[in-house]
This record gives sequence, C-alpha cells and structure tokens, in this order.
Amino acid sequence: MSCTQTILDYGLRAIGYGERLLPRSDFTLCQQFTLIGSGMIWNIYFGLFALMFGFCFAVALAMGKDSPRVLLRKPSEWFIFIFRGSPLFIQFFFGYFVFLSLKPIHPMFESLSAAWLGALIVLFCNTSAYSAEIFYGALKSIPKGDTEAADAYGMSGWPRFKRIVFPTMLRLAWPAYTNEAIFLFHSTTLIFFTGFPARQQRGDALYYASYFADKTFNPFVPYPILAMYFILVTLLIIGVFGIANKRLNRHLPSQARPKLRLRPQIIR
Amino acid sequence: MACYLTTGKHMSLYWSVGTVLLLLAITAPAALMFGFGGAAAARSSFTPLRWFGKTYMALIRGVPDIAFFLFFVIALDQGFEWARHQVLCPDWTDAIRQGNDFVVCAEAKLPQGNAPQWVHEVYGFFVAVLTFAIVFGAFAGNVLFGAMRAVPAAQLETAAAYGMSKRQTFWRILVPQMWVFALPGLSNLWMVLIKATPLLFLLGVEDIVYWARELGGTKNPRFTDYPHGDWRMWYFLALLVFYLAFTKVSEVVLDRVMARLTHGQATAAGEAQRKAT
Amino acid sequence: MKTLITATALLAITAGAALAGSHSVVRLGTEGAYPPYNFLNDAGEVDGFEREVGDELCARAELTCEWVTNEWDSIIPNLVSGNYDAIIAGMSITAERDEVIDFTTPYTQPDPSSFVAASADVDLAGGVIAAQTGTIQAGHVASMGATLLEFATPEETVAAVKSGEADAVLADRAFLEPIAAEDADLQMVGDDVLLGGGIGMGIRESDTELKEKFSAAIESMKADGSLNVLIAKWLPESAPF
Repeated sequence: MSCTQTILDYGLRAIGYGERLLPRSDFTLCQQFTLIGSGMIWNIYFGLFALMFGFCFAVALAMGKDSPRVLLRKPSEWFIFIFRGSPLFIQFFFGYFVFLSLKPIHPMFESLSAAWLGALIVLFCNTSAYSAEIFYGALKSIPKGDTEAADAYGMSGWPRFKRIVFPTMLRLAWPAYTNEAIFLFHSTTLIFFTGFPARQQRGDALYYASYFADKTFNPFVPYPILAMYFILVTLLIIGVFGIANKRLNRHLPSQARPKLRLRPQIIR
Repeated sequence: MACYLTTGKHMSLYWSVGTVLLLLAITAPAALMFGFGGAAAARSSFTPLRWFGKTYMALIRGVPDIAFFLFFVIALDQGFEWARHQVLCPDWTDAIRQGNDFVVCAEAKLPQGNAPQWVHEVYGFFVAVLTFAIVFGAFAGNVLFGAMRAVPAAQLETAAAYGMSKRQTFWRILVPQMWVFALPGLSNLWMVLIKATPLLFLLGVEDIVYWARELGGTKNPRFTDYPHGDWRMWYFLALLVFYLAFTKVSEVVLDRVMARLTHGQATAAGEAQRKAT
Repeated sequence: MKTLITATALLAITAGAALAGSHSVVRLGTEGAYPPYNFLNDAGEVDGFEREVGDELCARAELTCEWVTNEWDSIIPNLVSGNYDAIIAGMSITAERDEVIDFTTPYTQPDPSSFVAASADVDLAGGVIAAQTGTIQAGHVASMGATLLEFATPEETVAAVKSGEADAVLADRAFLEPIAAEDADLQMVGDDVLLGGGIGMGIRESDTELKEKFSAAIESMKADGSLNVLIAKWLPESAPF
C-alpha cells in the first residue's frame, strides 16, 4: 500500500473518517506517522479550546482574587488553590466520575462523560486556575504610576480596566502565559490515559503511539515520532506567542522589551 | 469498618503513600544533581558539551513528560542489561535481540532472575527514580542556568581581576551566589514534582493511584469478605484531599525557608523584610 | 528430517543448560484484576483460578514460582524484555499474540465471550460496546460494526455499562457470569461468541525449555483430572477437559 493511500485512509482516523479498522499487522513507518499525526488533531483541539475559553475565565478569576469583596475573593482563591494544588491526572479521573454521576440527573449532562466535552471542561478549569495565578501576579506588579495616572484622568470602572489595567497586566504576564500554553498542550496527552475512554479507537497522538508500541512491541519508533510532533507544536506556539508579545510591547523602547523565555513555571 | 480499613490491601495503600514520599525525598536531590550537571554543561566553553547540555534541557522540556515515562523504563532497563552483558559475558555468541525477545546472559540480568521479589521492587523503584530525575533534572537545569546568569557579571569580573581561574570562579563565586536566585524556581519545581507522582503507576510502581483504583472497584461477594459497589470516586476524592494537603504544607514550609534565606540579602524581598522590622 | 530433530534436540539441551541458572525462580506475571481468573484478595495477594493452577503447575514442574502483578496493556512488552518469565493472566491464545510470544498448551477449553447489558433489548450490532484495550474482545467489537469504547481495566468496562456510558460489555463469559449473577441491574444478552483458542500461559519465544515444562505439567493435570476439579470450582460454566 502506498503512503498516499495510507494518508487518505488514516489521515482523519482520529475524528472518525476513513478506514474503520486500525492496521493490525505489517506496520509501516508511514502508518505510524499518519495515525499519530491524526491523533494530534485531538491534542490541538483540546489545547486550543481550553486556552481560548480559559483565557477569559482566568482574567475574571484574577480580578476576583484581587477584589476587596470577600464574596468574590474567597471563591476565586479556593478555585485556584484546588486546581493548582492537585495533580491534573487525578482531576481527570475524578472529573470523569463526577460527570458520570451527574448523568442520570438530567439529559442535559448526557455528553459530559465523553472526552470531547468532559475532558475539555476539566482542562479548561485547570488552565484557568494556572493562568489566573499568572495574571494575578501580573496585576500585583502593575506600576503604581499607571493606575495613578488613570485616576488623575478621572478614569474608573470599565474604561480604566480596558485601557490601563488589562493591557498592562497582559503585557507583564505574557512570557509566563506562553509557557502555560506550551504545557497545556503537553498535558492534553493525559486525557485518554485516564478516566476518559477512547470511542471507536478515536484517540489522541499518545493513544496511537501506545497502540503501535503495544502492537509492534517496540517503543523506540512511535514515541520519538510523538516527540517530534510535540516539538513542532511547541515551536509553533513560541512563534505565534512571540508575534503577540511583540505587538503587546510595541510602545516600549526596544531594549526594554521583555523577551520570551521558556521557563518551567507551570507544568503540572 | 475498622476491619475493612485495615485489610492487607489497605495496608498496601498506606505503604504506597510511604513509597511516594520516599520517591520524592530521593528524586529531589537526584534531579538537582542532574540539573546542576546540565546547567554546568550548558555554560561550558567546550562546544560539544555545551550543545549536549542545551539539547538535554530543550528536548525534555519540548516533549510531554508522560511520553518519557512510558518508554524510559523499558529503555533504561534494557540499556543497563545490555551494558552489563557486554562486560560480564564477552563470549556470548547468540544475538541479544532474538526476534522480539531481548535476551541477555543470566549474569547480566537485572535484577538476577532468582532474586527475591523485594529486590525486583527496589530495582523498579530505582528505575522510576532515575526516570523522574532525568526528566525533572532538565527542568531544574533550566532554573539553575537562569540563576547562574542572574548572578551580577561584576562579581565574576572581580573574581577574574583577583586572578582566580575559571574553575575557581565557578565554584567559589558563582555557585554560592546562585541559590538565592534559583530558589523560587526550585520551589515551584518541587510543587510540580509532587503533582507528577500519580504518574508513578505508568512506571510499573504500585503507587497510591494503583491501589485506589484496585480498592475502589466493584467487589463481588464471591471473591471478598467486604463486597461493595463502585467506590472509586470516594477513593479518588481521598487522593485529591491528600495532594491538596501536601501542596499546602509544602507551600507554607517553602515560604518560611524563603523568608529565612532572603533575610539580609540585597534583593527586593530582603529589602522589604528590613523595612518591615 | 533426522538431522533436523537432532539439531533441535541439541539446541534444546544447550539452551536448557544456558537457562538453567536463570530459572531457579520462575516469575509469573498476572494482572490481578480479572476475577475469577486472577484477582487480589483482601490481603492484597494474587488469588483465583490461575493462582491455584499456577501453584500446582510449579509444584509438578518442580519450579519455585513467584507471583508478580503488571498492568494489562504492558504485560507482553514486560515479558519480552524479561521482567518475568511467564504470563498467566487469562490470556487467550491468538495468532496475533503467537507471533510475538509462545503459548503453552491451553489449560481451559476455548471460553466463549458474552455480552452483558442493563436491558435485554439492546442493539448489539449498532450500539456502544465496551471492552478492555488490547483484548481479543476489543478487536472483535472493532470489526463487528458496533461502536467500540475502550477502557484500561476490566472493572471500568462493567462500570461503563452500569453508568449507561456503554450499552453492553463484551468479555470472557467466566468473568461476566458472577457479575451478572450478583447484580440485579445486569444480565447476559445476545449469543456468545467464540474467540481465541483457550487460555494458555505466555512464554518468551526463546524460552522453549520453560514452555515444555509447563506444557507437560498442564498435560499431567489434565490427565489426572485435577485441572477439571479446579475448573469446576472457579469456572462452573466452562466445559471441562
């Protein structure tokens, strides 16, 4: 079977298109590259959506933690503590059981126990908590002069937040937030390894990598392929976030612009 | 109830908590050593060594840690046995890879085939520690590398001016001063390490996740004295609470250590401490 | 032909001599989560049908045996890389597995696989069927047209049916029978399917000596009927030899 044919058959296998049965014997390198790459669709889906929704919620959480009102502050603090203080792995396990027990209550919760929604919710909560802590730290280090100037101009409430607090916070938090994004993508590999079942052999990159490792009894081929894909994704994130970083800091003199540096602040 | 919580299986669960703590206690210094080696290599003036250090740190941080856990155990184990095989059985003529089998001579087996079970368990534990140390060593290396760069250049120049050699400057000036800068990153890493321990069961160590899953599963009255339904949710809740408590305690302790270390230091935090008193 | 036999015999002898040292203790790998075949009892020890069979086989083959548990999905790689010497974990003999490892003669008759569901009128052909990853049942569901839902442990597959996540579960009949009997919500449905060729012990391909020893011991247990006694005790539904 030619490689093009394999790609046509298995390129979208992870989302249910193409050949229904996975290859069972005579595994070729092309099959491993195609299927593991096809699994990356799920990793990117989970990473992208959790990051997008998580961003908005994280800003709200950070403002909540910074709020003088106890009713806002305490719940935010607890949310951040619970999701940052426990392993993501256990959160997936636990989340799956909770979703299962919600299911009989109302048909609304029907799809919660499927990975595409349930795992996304857990991942969303997790990344929100981590990002919120980053944003909170940035909020605390906004130069006093900036907010004083806003007060002097008579700004308050929404305009003050939109024009002064939010852009500065984002600018300060950006390098750390880039790392959060990278490690979020890495942690998407945990999903099918924990409580969430793979449906009709549709799984993420790690699911297929371990499938091949299991069938060929040779871990030295599929895992390096998986590693290669993830390095590509990591480079892509650094590139995209680097462009955003440039834009966020465009008003600063060039030597004062903070450079993005990969730091291990937030893996979980 | 008391009887249920003290069955042999539950005892194994409590033991596995000890295993996790022991793993943390051994891995932390081991990872620090790997990290120190990596950071020192990345700063080396010898180009291949520098590349090696940088590749080690970049490669491991660019790939999900779980992928390493999945194949390091078998790879390390086979690597050790292969090396021992080369040394101990030089006149072995058969191929090591016979089809799918990995066969080394009996003397090279690790642990020895007839060793008691606890030796196997200790060996498995050791491989797990090594895997953790290699992976987290890369992260620690990155923190230390940053900390080494944070030491003011003037200090190193002064050392050079006093006629110190490169080696002397490294050990007497750079290393003692970098810890203050490294501590926030390292304490963060400690938290990360705690939260990575539930992945231990991937490395073949029977840890708390393994036992929680085993104990929580539905028990059929034909095979046990304590039949029950699906209790996994409650066992995992207990794990969740355990980890939350553990991180909280670590946080408090690390904050105190940090406060003590910054005392009298010429950093912003040290300055704040001085003003407060 | 004759030379071939002599050569094989010679090879067996030399291999036997080389391996004699490594087999003073034989390590038996099992999953410990598949009652009644193998499970962990309240004391945390391996128990079940295979525990009793394995101990008896070791006694007959005059081997010192030690029990080890290992996760199902890595049970073959760990055998192949030498972490234990034999798999005795309810593993059906299939052509696919036989390419990688060797099997002793089977110690059970081919055991049918059954479906268990929460209601009798479940659509087995088009519904959602749960199975354990890497089992012959998972392979069967994938090829029969139903939606396959894979879990890492047998426990989770049954839990999925109870929670309504899956319509039915496909697993060995002997595993499902006690569960369906004890749980009022679950029942056997549909026709049994015959997969695999009985359960055998998995041995490394290079380890012919051990395979012969265990096969001989299994034959002797079959011959004097002691295997049938154990089958009747643990697997009452299965056919005796």
